[in-house]
Amino acid sequence: MSERKPRTLFDKIWDAHVVETLPDGTALLYIDLHLTHEVTTPQAFEGLRAAGRKVRRPDLTLAVVDHNIATDESRRTGITDPESRLQVETLEKNVQEFGVPYIPLLDDRQGIVHVIGPELGRSLPGMTIVCGDSHTSTHGALGALAFGIGTSEVEHVLATQTLLQKPAKNMQVLVEGNLAFGCSAKDIVLAIIGKIGTAGGTGHVIEYAGDAIRALDMAGRMTVCNMSIEAGARAGMVAPDETTFDYVKTRPFAPKGEAFERALAWWRTLPTDPGAHFDKAVKLEAHAIAPQVTWGTSPEDVLPITGVVPNPEDAADEARRAQLRRMVEYMGLTPGQRLQDLKVDVVFIGSCTNSRIEDIRAAAAIAKGRKVAEGVRAMVVPGSGLVKKQAEQEGLDRILREAGFEWREAGCSMCLGMNPDKLKPGQRCASTSNRNFEGRQGPGGRTHLLSPAMAAAAAIAGRLADVRDYQPKEAV
Amino acid sequence: MQPFTTLTGIAAPLPMANVDTDKIIPARFLKSISRTGFGKNLFANLRYREDGSENPDFVLNQEPYRKAEILIAFENFGCGSSREHAPWALLDFGIRCVIAPDFADIFHNNCFKNGVLPVRLPREVCEQLMEDARMGGNARLTVDLERQVVVRPNGEEIPFQVDPLRRHLLLNGLDDIGQTLQHAPAIDRYEAKQRATQPWLGA
Repeated sequence: MSERKPRTLFDKIWDAHVVETLPDGTALLYIDLHLTHEVTTPQAFEGLRAAGRKVRRPDLTLAVVDHNIATDESRRTGITDPESRLQVETLEKNVQEFGVPYIPLLDDRQGIVHVIGPELGRSLPGMTIVCGDSHTSTHGALGALAFGIGTSEVEHVLATQTLLQKPAKNMQVLVEGNLAFGCSAKDIVLAIIGKIGTAGGTGHVIEYAGDAIRALDMAGRMTVCNMSIEAGARAGMVAPDETTFDYVKTRPFAPKGEAFERALAWWRTLPTDPGAHFDKAVKLEAHAIAPQVTWGTSPEDVLPITGVVPNPEDAADEARRAQLRRMVEYMGLTPGQRLQDLKVDVVFIGSCTNSRIEDIRAAAAIAKGRKVAEGVRAMVVPGSGLVKKQAEQEGLDRILREAGFEWREAGCSMCLGMNPDKLKPGQRCASTSNRNFEGRQGPGGRTHLLSPAMAAAAAIAGRLADVRDYQPKEAV
Repeated sequence: MQPFTTLTGIAAPLPMANVDTDKIIPARFLKSISRTGFGKNLFANLRYREDGSENPDFVLNQEPYRKAEILIAFENFGCGSSREHAPWALLDFGIRCVIAPDFADIFHNNCFKNGVLPVRLPREVCEQLMEDARMGGNARLTVDLERQVVVRPNGEEIPFQVDPLRRHLLLNGLDDIGQTLQHAPAIDRYEAKQRATQPWLGA
């Protein structure tokens, strides 16, 4: 290993996990943690069974159900949709047969796979982490190399604990300065995607750096890394620092005592060396970021909340004009319309992007002493049973319920239109999730992505609203 | 995996950028535990109207594109979710090759694992191929992986690049788990070293 050449955080984790390099430069990369869920694994386990193969390292594998499940009381009496039930039962059968640790639906620790990995201390700095889910990039917030894979690769990791990979390119996104009033991690990442586009990070791993990133807590860093995939990058990372170590230290599966000190010594060597090469670099000024909201059907179609719906005819070329016309039509908008005049039917606070305790606190701070506008369905879906429990200990559920929010059980919920939580055709939703694609939250549904505080403000206003006009009435 | 060598067939033009995997196969159709049967829900939200009837404006509901084996689209095809159900749905419908200016990484990867060939060609070329495709049933394209060329209906050959290892696996229909397991001794050695240096992993 050429130790003298300055290396990035990504380079260091990569180098530490190369088992072998094939003649064409493809690496056999060791995987330290494989997270699995019910949707992208049945065919992989079936493949193992057909070939008579075993799970090589069940101890480095963890399974949970999150995508397919209901987030109301009905989960206690069993899954009603027969296909969803079969998928969950199939996972339960597979984890038993292959000896994979599993967190069942009614366990307090159950939750969205990308929330529970860090929460339980299974996801740690310096690790390679994969999951059959594109938002695996979330775990990069810990200073890990974490990325989503397809089902064939899930099978490959189950069988070999490795993946065949070509090294990605390095990209740095620097966010300098202090965030402005009313803004959060979600506004940072939406602004980044608005700047570099949904393919801006393709082929790269993004390292987020700069004071604005350093100043974020772990939840904020997870929000930023989570949406790396919406910028086209498979992985996003933040160099581990004291914020990271403090977060990790108390987690149940984190190393303890001497093992922790040993791990810490290694983790401290991970940050990018001065002078390391980035193939691409982008810089944003944090203070220039206003609260963001998407107006179109791609996460790059994002504007400050003070903006208006663009006119497709202003676009430079016909292909883009056609694309924008389709978006305006699908979203039920009029060019020139103020975003703040758009009435919402549903507000969804949840998903692997924004369902941690910090997100729920941010929503509750805005909701406290206020009421959800009439005709608006507003729901808060904690990312895990443990987040739910903590929020209840802090009395956040009471604040939210009193304001008229539904307080639900942990799961992916309305992020993806797969379980019972779906939009109806034509419904407009202010959502803290990650994708505003056509039909993502249900066929014909219209999604506006924004931060938890902005979502809470939208619920109160009954329309997209500027959170800066809805500051807390009293401290939560 | 079925090998991909050369394919001659009808190409369907889909002049859209950022075709995401939710568009290719919406999440509500991901509940199957099998790899097959997703073709009927390929592009479901575009292909069917709310009442379930076919949307006649969508290209795959038109002749001759109902039998399309090649799809031509614009930038960032396959962005979004990692669902391998996207290439499974294309394959189950009968599409074994997608041509676009560029692809999202995970989708691109997933295609190769399933005998679907993603071909990157510049936007102008994609536009030209879409024009060819609009000529209808007699205008077949040939995609030759062996020679790495797309052959237009007029016989013109357009070369394309593909990763040599992936080309090799696709041409021979090889399962890469079998290949990787040949490296088992190296994996054993790596794990032994890791147990010594990072004993907390998997503990």
